[in-house]
Amino acid sequence: MAETQPPTVQKVLAAFPGAGIAAREFRGQWWLEVPRERVLEVLRRLRDDPELAFDFLNDVTCTDHPEEEPRFRAVYILTSLSRKERIRVKTSCPEDDPVVPSATPLWAGANWHEREAYDMFGVRFEGHPDLRRILMPEDFDAFPLRKEFPMEGERSDRDWARWVIDRARRPEGTLP
Amino acid sequence: MTPVHVGEFQEEGGVVLTSVDSVINWARKNSIWPLPLGLSCCAIEFMAVAASRFDMARFGAEVARFSPRQADLMLVAGTLTYKMGECCRRLYDQMGEPKWVIAMGACAASGGMFRSYPVMQGIDHVIPVDFYIPGCPPRPEMVLNALIQLQKKISKDRPTQQIFRRPAAAPAGPGRLAAPTA
Amino acid sequence: MSGSRPEAPPEPLPGGSPLSVRVERSVEESGRIFLNMGPSHPSTHGVLRIVLELDGEAVVRAEPDIGYLHRGMEKIAETYGFTKFIPYTDRMDYLAPVANNIAVCTAAEVLMGIELPPRAKAIRVVCAELGRISSHLLGLGAFAMDIGALTVFLYAFREREAIYNFMESLTGARFTVSYPRVGGLSRDMPDGWADAVLRFAKDIPARVEKDVERLLTRNRIWIQRLEGVGVIPREVAISYGLTGPNLRGSGVEWDLRKEMPYFGYEDYEFDVPVGSRGDAYDRYLCRIEEIKQSARIIRQALEKMPGGPISVQDGKTFLPPKEKVMTRMEELIHQFMIVTEGPKAPVGEIFWAHENPKGELGFYIVGDGTARPYRLRMRAPSFVNLSILPWLLPNHMISDVVAILASLDFVMGECDR
Repeated sequence: MAETQPPTVQKVLAAFPGAGIAAREFRGQWWLEVPRERVLEVLRRLRDDPELAFDFLNDVTCTDHPEEEPRFRAVYILTSLSRKERIRVKTSCPEDDPVVPSATPLWAGANWHEREAYDMFGVRFEGHPDLRRILMPEDFDAFPLRKEFPMEGERSDRDWARWVIDRARRPEGTLP
Repeated sequence: MTPVHVGEFQEEGGVVLTSVDSVINWARKNSIWPLPLGLSCCAIEFMAVAASRFDMARFGAEVARFSPRQADLMLVAGTLTYKMGECCRRLYDQMGEPKWVIAMGACAASGGMFRSYPVMQGIDHVIPVDFYIPGCPPRPEMVLNALIQLQKKISKDRPTQQIFRRPAAAPAGPGRLAAPTA
Repeated sequence: MSGSRPEAPPEPLPGGSPLSVRVERSVEESGRIFLNMGPSHPSTHGVLRIVLELDGEAVVRAEPDIGYLHRGMEKIAETYGFTKFIPYTDRMDYLAPVANNIAVCTAAEVLMGIELPPRAKAIRVVCAELGRISSHLLGLGAFAMDIGALTVFLYAFREREAIYNFMESLTGARFTVSYPRVGGLSRDMPDGWADAVLRFAKDIPARVEKDVERLLTRNRIWIQRLEGVGVIPREVAISYGLTGPNLRGSGVEWDLRKEMPYFGYEDYEFDVPVGSRGDAYDRYLCRIEEIKQSARIIRQALEKMPGGPISVQDGKTFLPPKEKVMTRMEELIHQFMIVTEGPKAPVGEIFWAHENPKGELGFYIVGDGTARPYRLRMRAPSFVNLSILPWLLPNHMISDVVAILASLDFVMGECDR
C-alpha cells in the first residue's frame, strides 16, 4: 500500500518505474523484491543517492525454497549509517541458472559473504573476482545448506576419517 | 652398561630397572609439555587452567609448546572438523615418543552437540586418545584431574623395557608407539 | 633468496612507524617465500590459517583460509528450532557467550512480535555488558600476550574469573551459559547478586587502569609496536563492513546501542569511544574505554532495576509457572508444547542486529509458521572483520601481522560458525 510505505521505499519505487520492484513489509522492516537484471542498478542507487545513502552492507545471503520456482532467493541487507535506517533487497534465481549479480563492485565486504553463499548454496555471483569455497574444504562436492542435504552430511564417519588420514600422510622420503 | 640379550632379563626387569623406570617416569610425569590444540571454547577454559586461579604450572605443565616436536601431550580442546582433522593428524604424527593425547570436552571426545556435516564425531577417528574429559566445557578442575590421572598412568609405564627393545613387554595401547595407520 | 638489491631504500608509510615499509619489486627478480601461518598457531586466536607471501620480512600478499571451525550451525538451527539452538549460540563467540544468546533470543522475539517486560530487558543489559567486559579483557590479555607482555594476560584472567563467578551463580555455568529464553530469562537474579555485581562494576575501571593501562598504555614498547600499524581508513572500514571497535577505531561513530537502540539503552548514559587514526593503538584504546563504559552501564542498570516478571506471561511462548502447570490443564499443554517443540514463529522474515563486543551480530531469520526457523542466517562480526586481512596485511612486517590480528580481536567460532 503506497500510503504506508516509508519515504525511502517510495523514493526507490519512483526511481525505477516499471522495473517490477515490489515492496514488502514485516514487523516494520521493509524489503524490495527486484528482478535480478536490475539488482545492481538498485543497489548502486541505494548507495550513491545522497537522500538514500545506504553506504553499509551488512550481509549477502541466500535462502533455498525447493518447492517454489525460482528456487533460490538472494538477500542483500543494507544500512544507512547517516540516516540510521535498514533496508533489504531480495532477488531470485532458478535452479538451472543459479546466477545473481555480485555486490563486490559496490562494497568490498560482499566478497566473503558471496563466497560463503556460493559454498553453502551453489549460487554463483556474477562479477565476483574469486568465487570459490570458503568454509568447506576446496574439494567438497555438495552444497550443505540446500534443503535436501541432511544435517549429518552424506559421507560416513569412516570415509571422512580415511579422507583426513590420506591427506595427512607424510610425503614419501620425509622424516617422521 | 653394555646391552645384554633380552632373554637374560627377568620378566619384571629386576630392582635396578624398576628404579630406573621410576626415575624416568617421575621426570616425565612432572614435566608434561602440552601442545594445546585449542580449537574452540574449550581453549578458553584451557587458558583459564593455565592462568593463575587453576594454575597448571604446579603440575609442571605450564610450558605450552605449539610446536609438536617439543611437546609431549596433545590436548585437543574443542570441536575438530574434517578440514582441521588433517592438521591435527599431522601434528600428532610429528610429535616424538612418548606422546599422549587428551580429548578435552564433549566435542573432542565424541563430536559433542554438533551432529552435523563438517564435524568429526570424536578425535579418536584419526588419533588414539588416552583420556577423554567430558563437559561442555569441562570445569578447569576436571582438566587438572585428567592431568593427574595422566601422571598416574605415566608412573605405571615401563620405559626401560622399550629402551632395551622388548616389544612383548611394552603393550601397544592408545598413545603408545601407535604408528600411523596404513 | 633475493636476487637484486633495491635502487633506493624503501620509504616508510606516511604517518606510520618505521617498521612498516613499502615494497615494490617484480616477482621475477625477488625470491618470495610463502609462509603458512597455520591453523595451529599461538597467535592466530583460534584456527585461522593465513598464507603469507613474504619478501624477506615484509608481507606482499596475505590470503586467509578459514572454515577450520565450521560446525554447520545454520543447518542445525533449521533442524532444531529456536530454544534448542540457544546453546549453539554460546559456542559462536565464546568469549562473551551470553551476549550471543541474548542476540538470538531477541531476534526470535522480534520475529514473533513479543515485547519483553522491563526487568528482563534490564537483566539482559547487565549480562550483555558483563559479557562485553569479559570479552574485551580476554581480547586485551591475548593481545598483550602476543606482543609479549605476559603479565597482563594473567591479570585479565583474574578479573574474568570474577565474572565467571557471577555467571555461575546466576546461571549455573561458567561461561557457556544459555541463560535467556525466547520471551524472557530462564531464572531471576539470586539474592545478593545485584549487590556483588554492583561492587564489581564500581571497582573494575580502577582495576583495569591499574593492571592493564598502567602497564601498557604509555609503555614505549607497546606504542612503538602498535602506533601506525594496521591503519584502516574510514572509507575502507565502511566498504568492508567492519563493525564494533574496529569500525569505531577508524573514526566512524557507529554503535548500535546509540544509533538503533534496543533494551532501553537510550535511557542509560554512556559514551562511545571513537578513534582518530584507525591503527591498532586506537583499537586498543577503544576497547579499554569500552570496558569502563560498560561498567557505567551496569551500575545504572542495576541501580534502576525494575521489579516485575522476567518473562512474558504468554503460555505459548514461555514456560508457565510450575504451580499452574501442576494444577491446570491449559498450562500443562503449554508446557508440553514448549518443551517438545518450542515457541512458534510466524511466516515472515526479519533482520535484527545487536552490538556485540566483537561488532554487529546480526540474525536474518525466515520463519515458516513452525517452531523451527526456515532459515537462520548469522551475520557474524568476526567473519567480516577478517575479510579485511588481504587488504590490510600487505606492506607490513611479519611481526606486525601478529599485532594486527590481535588488534582486530576476532574469534574463529563466530567467524566459521
